[in-house]
Amino acid sequence: MAWDRNQIAARAAQELQDGWYVNLGIGIPTLVANYIPEGVSVTLQSENGMLGMGPFPYEGEEDPDLINAGKQTITELPQTAYFDSSQSFAMIRGGKIAMAILGAMEVAENGDLANWMIPGKLVKGMGGAMDLVAGVGRVVVVMDHTSKHGESKVLKSCTLPLTGKGVVNRIITNLGVMDVVPGGLKLIELADGVTEAEFRAATEATLVN
Amino acid sequence: MKKVYPNADAALEGLLFDGMTIASGGFGLCGIPELLIAAIERAGTRNLTIASNNAGVDGFGLGVLLATKQVKKMISSYVGENAEFMRQYLSGELELEFNPQGTLAERLRAGGAGIGGFYTRTGVGTVIADGKDVKLFDGKEYILETGIVADISIVKAWKADPSGNLVFRKTARNFNPPAATAGKICICEVEEIVPLGSLDPDHIHLPGIYVHRLIQGTHEKRIENRTTRKKEA
Repeated sequence: MAWDRNQIAARAAQELQDGWYVNLGIGIPTLVANYIPEGVSVTLQSENGMLGMGPFPYEGEEDPDLINAGKQTITELPQTAYFDSSQSFAMIRGGKIAMAILGAMEVAENGDLANWMIPGKLVKGMGGAMDLVAGVGRVVVVMDHTSKHGESKVLKSCTLPLTGKGVVNRIITNLGVMDVVPGGLKLIELADGVTEAEFRAATEATLVN
Repeated sequence: MKKVYPNADAALEGLLFDGMTIASGGFGLCGIPELLIAAIERAGTRNLTIASNNAGVDGFGLGVLLATKQVKKMISSYVGENAEFMRQYLSGELELEFNPQGTLAERLRAGGAGIGGFYTRTGVGTVIADGKDVKLFDGKEYILETGIVADISIVKAWKADPSGNLVFRKTARNFNPPAATAGKICICEVEEIVPLGSLDPDHIHLPGIYVHRLIQGTHEKRIENRTTRKKEA
């Protein structure tokens, strides 16, 4: 037993605070929008130039001029504002975005994050991830705890090219929740049905109390 | 001076040369100058360096210039949607300079604003910082990034007036304004050229000083990733 993608997203949504401006990455982070708690009002930023991102459009109402950073068709809200890419990243680097929730390929106990390339294999690019981790107030990573081959992705140090150095604050995986603290990672919460022994066995990083 | 041209081929006449640098607006396939890209394909200009956030998809957007091998180098932040790009890059036929998305946007903005370079936190401690000057501000490391000035920029707006004042629509604005300013000559394609005086001067997104040549045309505006929800009964 562990959390599935939607349960990871639902747990990550608990990190949101009323009034925050937040950027959600592609993949599991996008699902977080479906679980924003009752009474919490957050404004979602899409780095291609929008604040106040709404849900997917109804069939037949898609607008090619209105997409999110994952190039998905979306809608606007009454509070929506549009702006160009340099303005978008000015607010990101300028620390105006309270939190980014991002996916990861690897994360390390010192807060290093790798999520943009596998040398010689996967060459997609960092998009806005390097700017986000360098600029936003708090970085939460959501990911699977281990690879398809069962190897830990929560490491002592990243093996892949970094997206940011010492930038991650909290990690939410299918097995639980960890914080980056001096000396390593601190276990905050175990996922439903996961034992601490199972969690430790799947974690290469140093766990501290 | 008349800025309005009859079509994309005419608007590019006399501006294209092999080995040139082009800044292009657009994010994914949203707000891309699709008519000008098609005209560059027809012109057959080669060894292009193109600064654009993305590289289009196979067969559309900048993907058409990759298919014809007119591109020598891309400066981009994300190229994951293009199989031909990946093939040319991994086989060494195509150069690629990855820029973080915000760094690319600011490099274009800076180039257009006469700023030679700027220091940013983005990329500190990563391969992006390799070989770049590092400076401490308030005890934190920043790296030096340079402005981009392109030979021409190609952009897409929603509406223009004949003086080149531009209005964009929704998220199709994206990289178009900073890319427009980065070109020594900027060519813009729009869906509609409206009469002088019909745009509210307070609602102009990019003033016409940045726009040198203008065309009106019909755009396919292809959707890359169509996502919808069902109406509740």
